[in-house]
Amino acid sequence: MEAKAFDMGPTDVAWCPGCGNYPILKTVKEALAELAVDPTRVVMVSGIGQAAKTPHYVKTHVFNGLHGRALSPATAIKACNPHLTVIVESGDGDMYGEGGNHFIHTIRRNPDITCFVHDNMVYGLTKGQASPTSRVGFKTPVQVAGVCAEPFNPLAVAIALDAGFVARASAQDRQQMKELMKRAVAHKGFALLDILQPCVTYNKLNTYQWFKEHTYYLDESHDPHDRARAFEKAIESDRLPLGVFYVNPHKSTFEDNTGVYQQDQRPLYERDVDFDKLQELIRTFETGA
Amino acid sequence: MIMAVGAAGPRAEDGIPPPVICSRIYRRENGGRMGDGKQPGRKDDISIVLCGEAGQGVQTVEFLLTRLLALAGYHVFATKEYMSRIRGGANSTTIRVSNRRVSAYVHRMDILIPLSKGAVEHVATRISADTVVLGERDVVGDVPALKSCKFFNVEFTQVASDIGNKIYSNTVAVGALAGLLGVEVEHLSGYVRRFFAGKPENVVQDNSRAADAGYKIAVGLDLPKDLRLGAETDARIKSELLVNGAEAVGLGAIAGGCNYVCSYPMSPSTPVLVFLAQHGREFGIIVEQVEDEIAAMNMAIGAWYAGARALVTTSGGGFALMAEGLSLAGMLESPVVVHLAQRPGPATGLPTRTEQADLQFVLNAGHGEFPRIILAPGTLEDGFYLTQKAFHLADKYQVPVFILTDQHYIDSYYNIPGLDPGRVKVHKHIIETSKGYRRYEFAEDGLSPRGVPGYGDGFVVVDSDEHDEEGHITEDLDLRVQMVDKRLAKGEAAEEDIVPPELVGPEDYKNLVICWGSTYPVVKEGLARVGRDDTAMLHYKQVWPLHERTIDYLAQADRTLIVEGNATGQFADMIALYAGIDIDEGFFKYNGLSFGVEEIVNRLRDLMKDGA
Repeated sequence: MEAKAFDMGPTDVAWCPGCGNYPILKTVKEALAELAVDPTRVVMVSGIGQAAKTPHYVKTHVFNGLHGRALSPATAIKACNPHLTVIVESGDGDMYGEGGNHFIHTIRRNPDITCFVHDNMVYGLTKGQASPTSRVGFKTPVQVAGVCAEPFNPLAVAIALDAGFVARASAQDRQQMKELMKRAVAHKGFALLDILQPCVTYNKLNTYQWFKEHTYYLDESHDPHDRARAFEKAIESDRLPLGVFYVNPHKSTFEDNTGVYQQDQRPLYERDVDFDKLQELIRTFETGA
Repeated sequence: MIMAVGAAGPRAEDGIPPPVICSRIYRRENGGRMGDGKQPGRKDDISIVLCGEAGQGVQTVEFLLTRLLALAGYHVFATKEYMSRIRGGANSTTIRVSNRRVSAYVHRMDILIPLSKGAVEHVATRISADTVVLGERDVVGDVPALKSCKFFNVEFTQVASDIGNKIYSNTVAVGALAGLLGVEVEHLSGYVRRFFAGKPENVVQDNSRAADAGYKIAVGLDLPKDLRLGAETDARIKSELLVNGAEAVGLGAIAGGCNYVCSYPMSPSTPVLVFLAQHGREFGIIVEQVEDEIAAMNMAIGAWYAGARALVTTSGGGFALMAEGLSLAGMLESPVVVHLAQRPGPATGLPTRTEQADLQFVLNAGHGEFPRIILAPGTLEDGFYLTQKAFHLADKYQVPVFILTDQHYIDSYYNIPGLDPGRVKVHKHIIETSKGYRRYEFAEDGLSPRGVPGYGDGFVVVDSDEHDEEGHITEDLDLRVQMVDKRLAKGEAAEEDIVPPELVGPEDYKNLVICWGSTYPVVKEGLARVGRDDTAMLHYKQVWPLHERTIDYLAQADRTLIVEGNATGQFADMIALYAGIDIDEGFFKYNGLSFGVEEIVNRLRDLMKDGA
């Protein structure tokens, strides 16, 4: 299958030239093509922000909802039709700021969905304010004295919550990003892939050069099944590790836990009310029952 | 739908009378000190109040007594008021038993069973000289109010302890009530044995003895004979249903094809969530308690997008968090069903009490302009059929549909002849898509066929941004106008399915009493008691969009009165704004308690007096 199966054709893309979103978009299509997923069985879900526009540029089903809220509909979509591949495209503000509470509880729920977070450590669409992952000292028109708050650490939080797949990629390394995307989509359960991405317009601190100097690859000595070690790696902040931090393949998914698919694999839209059973239930309310 | 005045509102040249400009005389009854203590007929209509601390067994007595009475062939009704606490305080349940159908709260108290210290004081305003109180003097204390009623000292606890355990005191009380009401003793022992069937034999025996002991005590007392129920019973009540408002809504949801429920617990809406969770597995319903109401609403929309039929159940404060998501449903043209059980606000308000003050909020919630439908069940049957219908309307018109209840509605129950799930057919309005499918393809009635992902070869694209016919983001401002018009057109299309208001009473009325939602039974009974052939009631089961006959109904009346469980007359304002008719008088209650039949009667008599 070729990546062009996911091409939209001529589209007015709303990103700045040189934006890190371009390589991510290109790589998503390639990863899906290599996984040979039928585009009509893929739903891309997003909130609001520059990253959240990604689904509009991929030929799949699209649910572009509200800022910060992508995970809730994504969870429900997968639960109502487990045959679909559900991918969330989000940014650091969308997912870790406005959507923080849903991020925590969706990991606990463990739906079989994939979450790509384009993490550029700044707000783009609202023009350059700090994001939850902005570094301390980062100056913006709002954070005039520089960011004081501790940056949100999505990988550490995800590992603390025992998310089944936790990884970090860099938008500069498309090859590794593609492999990580494929593994994330293939993982059965909630998969988080945080993607470091420069914002060429609003983030003059975390540039292409900065990311090059401040990242390194996890090597084979790292055992992703070792949760404590994964956590140690996740809290490194001078140089940010890239690769798979943590994997736990032994978790049941939200869809499995709903109980509605044990005897019946059909998605909910194909099902009908059992009126005989309802009649029986109503009869249990008879005063003489 | 009735349009706003000034747009296509009523104008004299249309042959419709112009709006009557008249300031409404609002009477705000905020005391809860209502009732004239007058006895309607005893024997055929007796009210029993159980009052005690939370966790003390009021519910057990209530459960046993109502079933026992129904099995004995009497109509029953019960409602409760309770404090927002797990233990202690004072909660009361009012039970009515009658040889006619009963479905409304009365202030009057024929019999009181106080189960704790403070119980008598809690209901002191409802005690009259005729009230019979059966209680333990040591428990209730020396309360002045007991001097102005017929108090009988009955040692429930001592009797229970003598039998073997003081926990049987509730059963002793049930036995005493059965004796007092003159229920045949065979009914009592038969029912108690059946209720405790499956428990160890000694428990069955002890409870049976406890009930008998209570019965004998009551028979031995010199109690007023007019509290003995009449001989007129109806054996068919045995096969009638005893459901409360929450169960009626829950059953209606199942009948409507609901297969996804996501909510955050909040009084007084939680019983609907619990009911559907209890039956979720057998009906293939996914039930998820979510982290907050924001997630609930967004999840529900995601579920509908994937082809499920989702419900959220909440109260005003929880719905406040859903307002953003509601607006998303408006933009995505997503169906969604919201059950909102109202309680007094603002903010946390009175968590366990009742009010009808979220109507305007529900009508206006959500940024931007988009259509919605608001249903407000009056009877328990309404709760079932309207909830079932809510799923149908949401799916058909691709709009949010509300079922607006309140604590009184949720927590009240009475026997009803039956519920027929086959009356409304579940018709799924989703289509199989083909290549080139456009989710928002323009249609005259605004209704684009709704596809779901994975069913067909098309792509289903939805966007919270303004979008084109395909669903993709756009800033084409001409398209924007077309899309707004398209969304609003659905509201007009939905007018053909508006549930008409129900007129109760003479068609040639001169006085018209308007009410909506849960006040149906109380206003109806109040009106029947007043018994005027010039006065009718108009009850709205669908409060939005307003039925077009509203104008004719109101214009016919010389005098109009509205009854609402809020302080400002929210429905009256809607009628004024959208029907262009000012209602003459309002009767508003907002102390957190249910309307009682007596206060409706008093208010109606005042109306007649003023009008005569």
